[in-house]
Amino acid sequence: MSESAKPHHPIPQAKGEKSHGNDFSYVGIDAILEQMRRKAMKQGFELNIMVVGQSGLGKSTLMNTLFKSKVSRKSAQPNPEERIPKTIEIKSISHDIEEKGVRMKLTVIDTPGFGDQINNENCWQPIMKFINDQYETYLQEEININRKKRIPDSRVHCCIYFIPATGHCLRPLDVEFMRRLSKVVNIVPVIAKADTLTLEERDFFKQTIREELRANGIDVYPQKEFDEDAEDRIINDKIREMIPFAVVGSDQEYQVNGKKILGRKTKWGTIEVENIAHCEFAYLRDLLIRTHMQNIKDITGSIHYETYRVRRLNESNEQQQQQPRIVQANGVAAQHEALTHEM
Amino acid sequence: MKLPLLDTESSRGFILRRTATTMASTEIARQAGEGARAVPLAGHVGFDSMPDQLVNKSVNHGFCFNILCVGETGLGKSTLMDTLFNTKFEGEPTQHNQPGVTLKSNTYELQESNVRLKLTVVNTVGFGDQINKEDSYKSIVEFIDAQFEAYLQEELKIKRTLHSYHDTRIHACLYFIAPTGHSLKSLDLVTMKKLDSKVNIIPIIAKSDAISKSELAKFKIKITSELVSNGVQIYQFPTDDESVAEINSTMNSHLPFAVVGSTEEVKIGNKMVKARQYPWGTVQVENENHCDFVKLREMLIRVNMEDLREQTHTRHYELYRRCKLEEMGFKDTDPDSKPFSLQETYEAKRNEFMGELQKKEEEMRQMFVQRVKEKEAELKEAEKELHEKFDRLKKLHQDEKKKLEDKRKSLDDELNMFKQKKTAAELLQNQAQQAGGSTTLKRDKERKN
Repeated sequence: MSESAKPHHPIPQAKGEKSHGNDFSYVGIDAILEQMRRKAMKQGFELNIMVVGQSGLGKSTLMNTLFKSKVSRKSAQPNPEERIPKTIEIKSISHDIEEKGVRMKLTVIDTPGFGDQINNENCWQPIMKFINDQYETYLQEEININRKKRIPDSRVHCCIYFIPATGHCLRPLDVEFMRRLSKVVNIVPVIAKADTLTLEERDFFKQTIREELRANGIDVYPQKEFDEDAEDRIINDKIREMIPFAVVGSDQEYQVNGKKILGRKTKWGTIEVENIAHCEFAYLRDLLIRTHMQNIKDITGSIHYETYRVRRLNESNEQQQQQPRIVQANGVAAQHEALTHEM
Repeated sequence: MKLPLLDTESSRGFILRRTATTMASTEIARQAGEGARAVPLAGHVGFDSMPDQLVNKSVNHGFCFNILCVGETGLGKSTLMDTLFNTKFEGEPTQHNQPGVTLKSNTYELQESNVRLKLTVVNTVGFGDQINKEDSYKSIVEFIDAQFEAYLQEELKIKRTLHSYHDTRIHACLYFIAPTGHSLKSLDLVTMKKLDSKVNIIPIIAKSDAISKSELAKFKIKITSELVSNGVQIYQFPTDDESVAEINSTMNSHLPFAVVGSTEEVKIGNKMVKARQYPWGTVQVENENHCDFVKLREMLIRVNMEDLREQTHTRHYELYRRCKLEEMGFKDTDPDSKPFSLQETYEAKRNEFMGELQKKEEEMRQMFVQRVKEKEAELKEAEKELHEKFDRLKKLHQDEKKKLEDKRKSLDDELNMFKQKKTAAELLQNQAQQAGGSTTLKRDKERKN
C-alpha cells in the first residue's frame, strides 16, 4: 500500500527570515523547536544522581555546591547523626528546584556505609540491587496495559564515584566497584578533597587512574562506544583527557578581591571552588549540568535500560524453557521463536 | 571547555526564587507535598540549559510528521499539500475509476534552517468514487491500525531500537469536505465517526472559493452542529498552555477551516503571490479575508505540530495498545486484584498455547497413523490382486505351453511315423525295384521267347 520512500529533497526557498505569514516562502517548520521547548518547560525535568564513596570524602558538600542549595542528606534530615552505619544503606531524597522557569526534580541518592566496614566484600551488591530495582520498576510500569502518560523516571542517571586523594593509584575496592557498575550505570569518577594534592601530584594521580581504568577495561562516562559522530568524539575526547576531575567542595562563601566566592579558607590561602586554576569543579558542573545532562539521561534510557530489559525478558524465557519440554515438530518450534521475538 | 563566568547575581548572594508564573509555584508546592522538598537556589546552577540541550538533541535527530488526507477525488488534496509546504510534491491527479479505496503514502525530507523534517503524506485514492461506498472507511481504518500495530510490535520486541525507529503513525488527519454549502454528506459523517478515536481529525472545507461569504458562515455552523449532534470528536487545539491558549481558542471557533490551494503565482501590486485567477477577480491564498489557509498553516505547523504528535502518542496510540492487549487476553489485575505482571500472563498464555499445539499435534499424528494404516491395507489388497493375476497368467502360460508341448509331441510322433513309413516305403521300393528288375528281365525273357 505505501510506496517506497525516495527521500525527495525539495527545499522551500527559505530566505532565513523568521517573519510570520508575510513571507510566502517561509513554511514554519522550525517553529517546532519552540513548541518543543515550551512543552519541556511545562513538563519539567527529572534527574537522579547517586553519590558513592567512603564517609568523610565530602560527598554531601559537593552535592550542595553543585546545586547551590542544601540538597544533601545531611541537610535534609533534622538531626544528622554522624555515626557510620553497620551496613550500606541507600537513602534517596528528592528536591524540586527551579531556575529561570525550568523546573527540575532532583533526586540525590546517598550510600552511607559504602566502603566503611572492615570487610568490604560485596559492598557493591546493595547498590547494584538498588539500580536494578529502579530499572525493574520502570519496566513494570512500561509493560502495564493501563499505563501512565508519563512514566515516573526513578532510574539512576549518573553515579558519581569518589576516589580518595591518596596520590598513588586506585584501590582494589575502587576497581571492583567501577568495573561492575560501569556496565549498568554511567559512572563519573572524581578525586575528592583534591586540595591535598599539588598540581604535579594531581596530574600524576590522574594519569595513573586513567591507565588503570584502561587496563581493567572500565568504561566510564563519556563512554567511547556511544559517541555519535565526529563532533561528539572531539568534545568527549577532551573530557576523557581530564577525567577524573579533581574537585573541592564548599558551601561557605568568603570575600576574595571584593567578590563573594565559594571556597575553603586556610591559613595559607583561600581555595576558590569555581576557579579552574584551583580545582576542576567547574568542569564537573558543566559536564553534568550545563552540557551533557540530556546525553547522560539518553544513554541511561536507551542503552543501560534496554540492556537490562533484554536481559530480563530473556531470563523469563529461559525459565520457561527449562520446564519439561516435549519434543516438538519443526512447525511448532518455529512458532515458539516467533512468540519469543514478539515479547 | 569554556569556563562559565560567575553570575553577577550570585555574587550578590541573590537567591533565585520562582519567576513570575504563579502556575509554576503552585506546581512546586503541590509536588513538595508529594514527598519532594522545594529548595531555593543560592546561585546560578545552570540547568536552565536543559530545554536547549533537549532541543539540540532533537534537531540532530530530526523530526517526523505524518499527515493523512481523506477526501473525495478532485477536492484539491495534493494541491493543498503543495501549498502548505511550499514545494511541489510528485504525483499526478488520479483517475476516478478506482474499484476501491487505497492509500498511497509518500515520504519527503524537508529542511528549513537547521530543522530536518521527514514528512509523510498519505492520500486516499478513490475515496467516494464507488457506487457502493459502504466499505470506503475500512481501508483507512485498517491503514491507521497497521501503523499503530507496527509501532506496538517494535515496542514489544526484546531487542528494540525505539530511538531510531521511523514513526509512521498518523499525527493529523485532514478531512476534506466538499463545498456543497448545505451540510455534511453521510459518507463524511460515517467516516469521521469511525476515525475520531484513532486519529486527530481536522476538518477543512476544500475549494472554498466556490462558496460565498454568507453561505460559508452558515455552512460552518451547520457542519459544527452536525458533528456535535453525531458525537464526532474532532481535534481541539490545546488551550492549557497560556502562551498559545488565546490564539488556539480563537482558532477553535473558526473550525472547520475554509481553504483554497494554489501553486501558481500571480502578480498583485508588485508582489508575486499564490493565487487563483478568475475572470471576475483573483483569490489570494494567503489573504485572510479570502480564505482560512493562513490559519490552517499556523495551527497545523507553526503552533501545534508537537501537540499533535503528543496526542497521537499518548491518547490514540495508548488506546489502541490497551484494546489490542486486552483483546489478546492480557489483564492488569486478576479477580483477586493482585497485579498480574504482563510477563506472567504471557507465560500462562504461552503454556496454554503450547498445550493446544501439543493436543493438535497428537490429533494429527493419530490421523496420520490411521491414514497410513488404511493406505497399507489398500496396498495390501492391491498386492494380493496382483499376485492373483500373476498366478493366473502363469497358469495360463503353463497351459499354453503344455498344449504346445502336446502338439509338438504329436507332430513329432507323426514325423517319426512318417519317417518310418518313408523308410519302409523306400525299402519296399528298393526291394520292389530289385524284384522288378528281375521281373522285368524275366518278362523281357519271356517276350523274347
